[in-house]
Parts: sequence; C-alpha cells; structure tokens
Amino acid sequence: MLAAVLSLGGIGLTAAVALGFAAKKFAVEVDPRELALLEVLSGANCGACGYPGCAAYAKAVAKGEAAASLCPTGGQATIEQIAHIMGVAAVAAEPQVAVVLCQGDSARAKAKYHYLGLHDCNAAQKIADGPKECPGGCLGLGTCARVCPFGAIEMTAQGLAVISREKCTGCRKCVAACPRQVIAMTPLGATVHVLCNSHDKGAVARKYCQLACIACHICVKTAPGAYVVENNLARALYPNPKEAVAAVGKCPTKCIRDFSDGYPEGSTFAPPVVKAADA
Amino acid sequence: MKLKTFPGGLHPPDNKQWSAHKPIETCALPEELTIQLAQHIGAPAEACVQKGERVKRGQVVGQAKGFVSVPVHASSSGEVVAVEPRPHPSGRRLPAVVIRPDGEDAWIEDLTAADPHSLAPDALRERIRAAGVVGLGGATFPTHVKLSPPEGKKIDTLIVNGVECEPYLSADHRLMLEEPERVLDGIAILQRALGVARALIGIEANKPDAIALMRKICAGSAIEVVPLQVKYPQGAEKQLILALTGREVPSGGLPMDVGVVVQNVGTAAAVADAVRRGQPLIERIATVAGPGIKEPKNLRVRVGTPLAHLVTCCGGLSGEPAKIIMGGPMMGAAQLGLDVPVTRGTSGLLLFREQDLPLRLESPCIRCGRCVRVCPARIVPTAIAACGRRDLIEEAADLGAMDCIECGCCTYTCPAAIPLVQAIRQAKGAILAQRRKI
Repeated sequence: MLAAVLSLGGIGLTAAVALGFAAKKFAVEVDPRELALLEVLSGANCGACGYPGCAAYAKAVAKGEAAASLCPTGGQATIEQIAHIMGVAAVAAEPQVAVVLCQGDSARAKAKYHYLGLHDCNAAQKIADGPKECPGGCLGLGTCARVCPFGAIEMTAQGLAVISREKCTGCRKCVAACPRQVIAMTPLGATVHVLCNSHDKGAVARKYCQLACIACHICVKTAPGAYVVENNLARALYPNPKEAVAAVGKCPTKCIRDFSDGYPEGSTFAPPVVKAADA
Repeated sequence: MKLKTFPGGLHPPDNKQWSAHKPIETCALPEELTIQLAQHIGAPAEACVQKGERVKRGQVVGQAKGFVSVPVHASSSGEVVAVEPRPHPSGRRLPAVVIRPDGEDAWIEDLTAADPHSLAPDALRERIRAAGVVGLGGATFPTHVKLSPPEGKKIDTLIVNGVECEPYLSADHRLMLEEPERVLDGIAILQRALGVARALIGIEANKPDAIALMRKICAGSAIEVVPLQVKYPQGAEKQLILALTGREVPSGGLPMDVGVVVQNVGTAAAVADAVRRGQPLIERIATVAGPGIKEPKNLRVRVGTPLAHLVTCCGGLSGEPAKIIMGGPMMGAAQLGLDVPVTRGTSGLLLFREQDLPLRLESPCIRCGRCVRVCPARIVPTAIAACGRRDLIEEAADLGAMDCIECGCCTYTCPAAIPLVQAIRQAKGAILAQRRKI
C-alpha cells in the first residue's frame, strides 16, 4: 500500500518537476496582444480581412503586418478595440453592407426554362447561362444564403435573396459566391438603391421583368447628382445625396428602393431602423 | 456464347422500335441555314465570309483556329444574310453564319477526288481535317487529331463504334444497313492513316441485321465484327475498348495510351467522303423520335437546319413539347427551343410532352448503392456528388471524380432522384479550375 503511494507519488513528482522545467525552458513566446486581439475579434473566421481566419489576422496585427481596420464584421467598436490594444489611433471605417441589386423574383421575372437540378446558383448558371431570361438577376437558389456566416441572407418564398442590413457585417462572402455579380457592397448609411442588374436595353428588359430598370433617366432628371445611367442601367451614387429619395416614387418600374421604407416584397425582415444618412 | 461487355452499366428501355425500321429520308432544304462556328471540341472556327456574300455548297465559311479545330462549311449554296450570334445547342447565343439557300444547291467547283491508296497518311489526315470531319457519335472531337498519335505511342487496333447504345437513336444502325460500303471504305482509309492492320467493329446485339450485313461485307478482310451485350453505355469509348480488347484506359489517359483509336461508324463514312471526293462534312444522319413527334424518322439533314424544320419533316408535333433533347436521352443536351440549328454533333432530336416526363423530386440519399453498382467508371458517384455539393474539391479528386464519363447511369438509377451527374460535373469543373490556377 505504502509502496504504491510512494512510487506513484514519486512518478507524479518527477513528472511535475520535468513538465514545470520544460514549460519554462521551452515556452513559446506569444504576444499577449495577440491573445487580447483574439478575444475582441468575432471568431466567425469569415476571411473578410484577407487572412485565413481570426487567429491569423490577430497574429498579423500583433506583428504589425496588418492594419487595425481590416475586420469589418465587428464594426467600428471592434476596430476601436483593436486600435486600443495596439495603441494606435482608430481609423473611422464606414461600415459596409451587401445589397442584392434585384427584385425580380419568380413572380416578376420570366424564367428561361424550368430548372430541375442541384439547388445551387453556380450549378444552374452553367446550364444555358442560368434559368432566368434576365442575364443579371438573382437566380434565387440560395448559394449566398448558405455561405453567409452570419445568417444575414434570407430567401423569399418567390426565390429572391434579401440581405438584412442589421445582420450583414460586410464580409463579402456572398459577393464572392454569387455567379451573377448581383450583390454589391454599399455604405450602410446609403439606403436608396437601384435594385436592378440588367444591362439590356429597356424594351428587352421590360419583356422579362416587371421591375427592371429601363434606363429612362427619370431618376437622373429628378435628382441630378444622385444617380447615373451607364450601359442601360441606372445606379445610385454612394453615399446617397439627400435628393436621392425624391426619385424613389418617380421611377416608372419601381426599381429604386429606399430601404428605410422596408425590404423588397416577400421579405420577413422588419424594416431597418433608419440610421442618419451621411450626406 | 456469352457476349462481350464491361462491368457496370444498365439497360434502360431502348425505344428504338419507333425509328429503327425506317429507311433514311432526305430532309428538304430549309429557308435558312444557321452554320454555327463552334461545332466541335476545341477552338471555334473564325468566320471568313461577310454578309451579302454568295457562297457555294461546301465552301469554307469558317477557318479553323489552331490544331484542335476544324473549318466549317456552307451546307448549301446561297447568300450570307448574317454573321452574328444565334442560338446554339449549348443554350447560349454564339457566332454563326446564316445562309439563305438559293435552291440551286450548287457544289463548289474545286472539290478534288483522290484515290486513298495512293495518298500518304499525312495527306489523308490533311484531307480529313480540311473537310471538317469530327467525331459524329456526339462528342465532335476533331478526327485528324485522333489520327495523329504523338511520337512513341504505337497504335495497333482501330475500333469502329457501331454500338449506338443511347435509347431512341437509330441513325448509326440505319447507316450500317443502308450504306455499309461507305463505312467500310472509311475504315480502310482510317486503317491506312493510322498504319494499323487490326480493325474491330463493335455492334450491340440488338441490331442483328446490321451485324449480319457488316459480317457479310467484311468477310475475307482483316476487319472483325463483334456483337456486344445490349447495355448502356456500351458505346462509351473506354467501355468499348475494355469490352473488345480487355485493355483498360488508365485514369486520366487516352485510348492511344493502350494502343487503340476509336471512331464512330458515321465518322468513318464521313472520312470516306472527305478523302475520296474531297466532300466536306455538311450533312449527317440524325434520328428524330420521342413521344412528342408524330412520325419518328431517320433523316439525312444539312448542318444548320433549324430543329423546327426537322419537326415539320416528321409530320409535326403531337403535343406541346415540354423537353427537347439534342442527342440521346442519357447524355444529350436539353434545348431551349426549336430555333436551335443542327450541328455536326446532332445525332438525334427527341421530343417529350409534359405527360411523358416522370416528375421525380429529389430526396436524401438512402445509401442503397445502386449508383455504385451501375457506374461503368467504377467510382462512387454518391460520395463524389456529396463532395461536389460541399465544395470539397480535393476529396472529390481523391475519389476519382475526373474518371467520371458523365454517362448518366447513376442519375438514371437513383431512387432518390439526386442529380448525381450534375453534382459530379460541378466537382470536375472546380477541380479543373483549381488545376489551372496552380
């Protein structure tokens, strides 16, 4: 009994001493700031900063290789915390949100063919350039919603991706996943957007979508300086000048939307809390 | 005697009874011919005629660009009314030369006849290339490239593919029955171009009349006619080689790696025309069938004929088409409409109405293993498809995704209606994209 206690205790003691010695002798120096940074980062590992995950970004910041302002997911608060830990001045970063520039769900936009197959936009796009007549519209198979690490994208019952302005952190994963480049990064303060991505001429676009921009220039005439029309498609300028709102009701096809009035039809998201426009 | 075949595969209802007994008919000239410039695998041809120009039948309207490319030719005489993007079987609008036939159908004058036995293999290949001959089984790979094995690759066997394992299609079957001499002549030329003595013709056992006829006219020559078990995809290149020679094409390899070149019977006939008469490939035999057509037929059609014209030649539609397939039902491509033109690869046109299509909704994999059992490439479709869906590209590559021949057996047999081939194709695309990046 005693022998057992002594021998086991002896082994334990020896091992403890050896481990304690090794821990001191071979300790890996970790910058305490790196650990502190890891605490403040979101842990979503979304890759928006350009590094493979939060740990890699924390390491790069601690080493002084990366700027403090690269993490968009935590917003201004995180950037300030990072700057505090690193002892540098916080750079004011305009928060960005992703916006789906399309309202042509299955009820409003014409289908090119009946698609039966993988529920994936990239797979569908490979078949005759996608099942929608519109070459730029949202395919509605939810590839963006699946890659979003923050659950910020919902698919409406009629097959349209809608991105929550509250939940979106601006990581750009959806932008990279979309085969049609229909998702754009815009400043959070800008709530007025032209929700169309078709560069076809008005007469053509009108045929396949009720809510297509027909490049009639009414928005440009109503609110000069707030819109431009390029290549048969109007685009709202960011940050939105105050006049931008004036054109919302004037658009004949209703493709200009002010998100402070609510999300596109079919969305279950509550209308966003209006933030003060920058302009 | 047990018939030769390959492991895996299945036997879908072949539905050849609608057209197999019908002699080939010549399809009348349409009002407009749309000659697509991309009618083959490889670089598309480049238009060399302009709007308003008058062209003769057989005149080059698109020049080949590069080695893996062939010229395209006018399929009738007339006026070029447009050189612009037009509907293409791929579902996109691609550059094409549009010709309004003048009805004279006059051949271009400088076609030169030649005696194949006095020409060197190089000259034979050049005549085949200039005539725009591509694989007529449906893959449309330029034939002259297949006939130019690189240094060090010894070819000892020519396999002629008369299997026609796709359901509904009977074009190759009719060709062998009605014009066996043309096929035989082509085989002799191919043998000479490759310098091989051994030639095998593989024909599925459901065409006993074609087997008997080919055997009769091949009697006394070095050409052997081999009946094969009726099983899809018996006519797939690698499966046919395995069945006939017992040789297995290595993963990522080509038939020439095992000393074999495979050519379709239709290609052989086109080679004969190209070498003997200098006649370019401007027409082919295509089967028009399916429950959506009034009178299924085998038609000799000009390249560029709109599919709608083929329908008219076959008595019209028997209902609103819900699915239009160019090629066979297993590997053919669904079309957006009947305005698409016939290309060199159009082996058939199949029409189905709403009531003919089974509505199968996808459900989760039940691990029954049917896809594994039927896979002729001996890979595990369900696992690769799962990787393809999850963007697990390296895992898909390790499971042999690149060995998939996209025959469709797995999707056909899947009780859960999972689009396996599409998912595997997705994985293959991602693997190729990654390899290009590295």
